[in-house]
Amino acid sequence: MAVSVRVLGQFPGLTRSRTVEGHGSDINGLIADLERQYPGFRGLVYDEKGEVLGYVNIYVNGDEIRSLRGKATALQNGDEVTLLPAIRGSALSFTEEQIKRYSRHIILSQVGGKGQRRLLEASVLLIGAGGLGSPAGLYLAAAGIGKLGIVDFDLVDLSNLHRQILHHNHDLGRAKVVSAAEAIADVNPDVEVVQHQVQLTSENVMDIIADYDIVVDGSDNFPTRYLVSDACVFGGKPNIHGSIFRFEGMATVFLPGKGCYRCLYPVPPQPGAVPSCQEAGVLGVLPGIIGLIQATETIKFILDIGESLNGRLLLFDALDMEFREVKCRRNANCPVCGDNPTITNLIDYEEFCGIRAASHQ
Amino acid sequence: MTEAVKVDLEIDLKGEVCPYTFVKSKLALEELESGQVLRVVVDHLPAVENVPRSLDNEGHQVLEVVQINDSDWSITIRKA
Repeated sequence: MAVSVRVLGQFPGLTRSRTVEGHGSDINGLIADLERQYPGFRGLVYDEKGEVLGYVNIYVNGDEIRSLRGKATALQNGDEVTLLPAIRGSALSFTEEQIKRYSRHIILSQVGGKGQRRLLEASVLLIGAGGLGSPAGLYLAAAGIGKLGIVDFDLVDLSNLHRQILHHNHDLGRAKVVSAAEAIADVNPDVEVVQHQVQLTSENVMDIIADYDIVVDGSDNFPTRYLVSDACVFGGKPNIHGSIFRFEGMATVFLPGKGCYRCLYPVPPQPGAVPSCQEAGVLGVLPGIIGLIQATETIKFILDIGESLNGRLLLFDALDMEFREVKCRRNANCPVCGDNPTITNLIDYEEFCGIRAASHQ
Repeated sequence: MTEAVKVDLEIDLKGEVCPYTFVKSKLALEELESGQVLRVVVDHLPAVENVPRSLDNEGHQVLEVVQINDSDWSITIRKA
């Protein structure tokens, strides 16, 4: 019987993946098969007497095996088995490779093993694998964010490569989510990448963001930006915002109950009123700066350190090489997150700017 | 002095070099409760100075640094 096995806690250190395939007619057979594939696996599950360790729970399609037939619980083709050890946030559970990889983080008193463990257990959704999503995604992956989701339906185009550093010449014509997942795996195999090659709409956005702790918005168009902002309000997700235009960029952090993009700009501009990147151009290095401000705020949020950019809109001008800051607080009259909201459902704004919704900077 | 102190966790870091002597000492301390005592054994000479200094910087109390044989040093720390 072929079953899909989801492993958590210390197991991925051995399997190098959070989902593996195994075979067996019952749990005992499955563990024997996993021991063959990953020597040492058995010792993480059974004690010396061959009984399941008291701090490891095994679920078959959601039911714990102690309530079924224990190790003799039969398996069917396609069953989903989950191995869930008690997690005590043990710093000693780092692998030797992880200790080396993250040593410069662990040394920092504000991070330490506990902080690194939080990063490894965090999940972040990148809206767009473009100009902003590229540097943000690469650095978040390098930092050891455990799960990175990437939403982008676009293909890699030659005109992307002067700024979208997740993608390379050999990726031309490939799906951006695929090329991004490969680039991230090259940087850090600890990261689980989830590819969402879809256009975000009012129909799918809530389901997609539900699986993540934090949303990093690197979209380049108003329909997506408003959809993501509204969805983050409704879903109670932090929204790490960045946007760029020619030589200028801005970044801020919207936290649940503490403002959203509509507090800043209640409604999108009229179609055609604001030129898109495609028409206006953008300095290739600019999204590197803004995207990394987003990544920095994401990591600070996960670690709960420093002063968040929440409540402040950071403005960057590359020509003057100047950062400025204005306040951007929650607006009590905001149509979505204000005291008397008038928008209570997601809206699909018409596509405009001459580009499709959810293509990316 | 060490005789009066109960050591809660002991780790052997022989063969490790800086900064991993500190990194692993720090990770081990994170496993302990405030007030508990860690003893580490190192044989990398720079670590004899670096590990106590770095742990002191993080606020922990270095109880003792002592050479225990030709090659090895013992560092005893109380967690802050």
